[in-house]
Amino acid sequence: MRAAVFSVLFLVAPAQAGAQEDKVVLKDAPGRDKAMQCLACHSLDYIQMNSRFLDKAGWMTSVNKMINAFGAPIPKEDVDAIATYLSENYGKK
Amino acid sequence: MDRRTILKVAAGTLGVAGVRNALGAVGSMADLGFAEIPDGALAEQVLHALPGKVPLIRKSYRPPNYETPVEYFRTPLTPNRAFFVRWHLAAIPQVALKDWSLAVGGESAERPLNFTMNELKNEFKPAQVTAVCQCSGNRRGLFEPHVAGVEWGVGAMGNAVWRGVRLKDVLAKAGVKGDALEVVFDGADHGALDKTPDFVKSLPIDVALSDNTLIAFEMNGLPLPHWNGFPARIVVPGWTGTYWVKGVTSVKVMPRPEKNFWMSAAYRLPRGRFKTPSFKSQVAEANEPITTMVVNSLITSVKSGQQVARGKPIEVRGIAWDGGTGIAKVEVSSDGSNWAAAKLGKDLGRFSFREFALTVPTREAGSLVVMARATSNSGETQVNDLIHNPAGYHHNVIQRLYVEVV
Repeated sequence: MRAAVFSVLFLVAPAQAGAQEDKVVLKDAPGRDKAMQCLACHSLDYIQMNSRFLDKAGWMTSVNKMINAFGAPIPKEDVDAIATYLSENYGKK
Repeated sequence: MDRRTILKVAAGTLGVAGVRNALGAVGSMADLGFAEIPDGALAEQVLHALPGKVPLIRKSYRPPNYETPVEYFRTPLTPNRAFFVRWHLAAIPQVALKDWSLAVGGESAERPLNFTMNELKNEFKPAQVTAVCQCSGNRRGLFEPHVAGVEWGVGAMGNAVWRGVRLKDVLAKAGVKGDALEVVFDGADHGALDKTPDFVKSLPIDVALSDNTLIAFEMNGLPLPHWNGFPARIVVPGWTGTYWVKGVTSVKVMPRPEKNFWMSAAYRLPRGRFKTPSFKSQVAEANEPITTMVVNSLITSVKSGQQVARGKPIEVRGIAWDGGTGIAKVEVSSDGSNWAAAKLGKDLGRFSFREFALTVPTREAGSLVVMARATSNSGETQVNDLIHNPAGYHHNVIQRLYVEVV
């Protein structure tokens, strides 16, 4: 499943973005690979931009909005891991 | 407040601001006397030029969201190359004029029609308006507590001379039936995934039929830049930018409310919190769509934390705008209690930025707080305290710039 998601996002992303967005790198920590699924629809600077003021519940709301409102193909079982990664690395201090 | 406290307030905290200045942080709001945008946003953003644009403050690469730096607001018209860029969805096709046409129809239109650009230009009388296009979420980054979204500073706005044809003339040709309730607009952009709701917006029929609502294909005398909606966009003077659909391809007159995500869930305000007009066919139990802009101003000639030599007057200049009644007055204060009317610049129309200027004397050494507050012709004045709302819209808090007279 994850392999399939990744192949989709890497087909989509470069066509729209150009090399500039590749400079945006997420912090290396557990859960990063799952958070990389965000790339299917938008550059990763959205994550830094929305830090550091969301707690885990806040990030959970954001991730669920991406799935429920925008149709992000993120498996339900990844949501907690992504919200944990985001709150630990880009969360409220 | 003693001087040290004032300086700390002015800069957020002095220590952090000092570090940021040393690093040359782009788009810091402390210079403008506002609370700072989230530190993650501040650390990440840089100046970056999209093709055909000057370097703008990058909020996100994809979809592209870029803010206009404050220096471009020192003239009442915002240059096309510096005009802010805001897209919701990542797929933004480069449209070739020969392939483009505008479909006009819908259940409440008498007949479906299709127009090429030449047909639009030849079959309808030209119309133009000078109007501010401001993102609903301009200044969202200044909300305390912060709210999620694009963390805009002050530059998700611009003022231009928009030229095209009146939407009402085009709709008249298609024939508007008596049951018409809303007019629905779609553009060429779409999401990276099929499941993502397409960006589709609607207007109340009376706003769509207003003399001022245009299908515009020129901006400041030039074709619209790709990033600002080439070849044509909807211009809705007074209303926030969300209704100004870019790269428009379809206009439908409909007898019922548009229900897609961008109308029913996004761009909404808690009911009754603002005095702006209601979009009646879209009012829900708890919330309603954002409509017109609230009165606002921006000081462009003073930096918070700046030092001025005693005896040298401070030139306070800037721009003011509102949701389309025009600016009645801008008052300036240097102590927060005494206010003097600034001189207003040339009137470019009620939808335009209006320049203001006032010279403030500096007779004694010490700290001044420079403030400007605009009042519209409808009697609406900028607020002292933020009117919080979940999506971070309508920030029009009076700016407070701290200047040290030495």
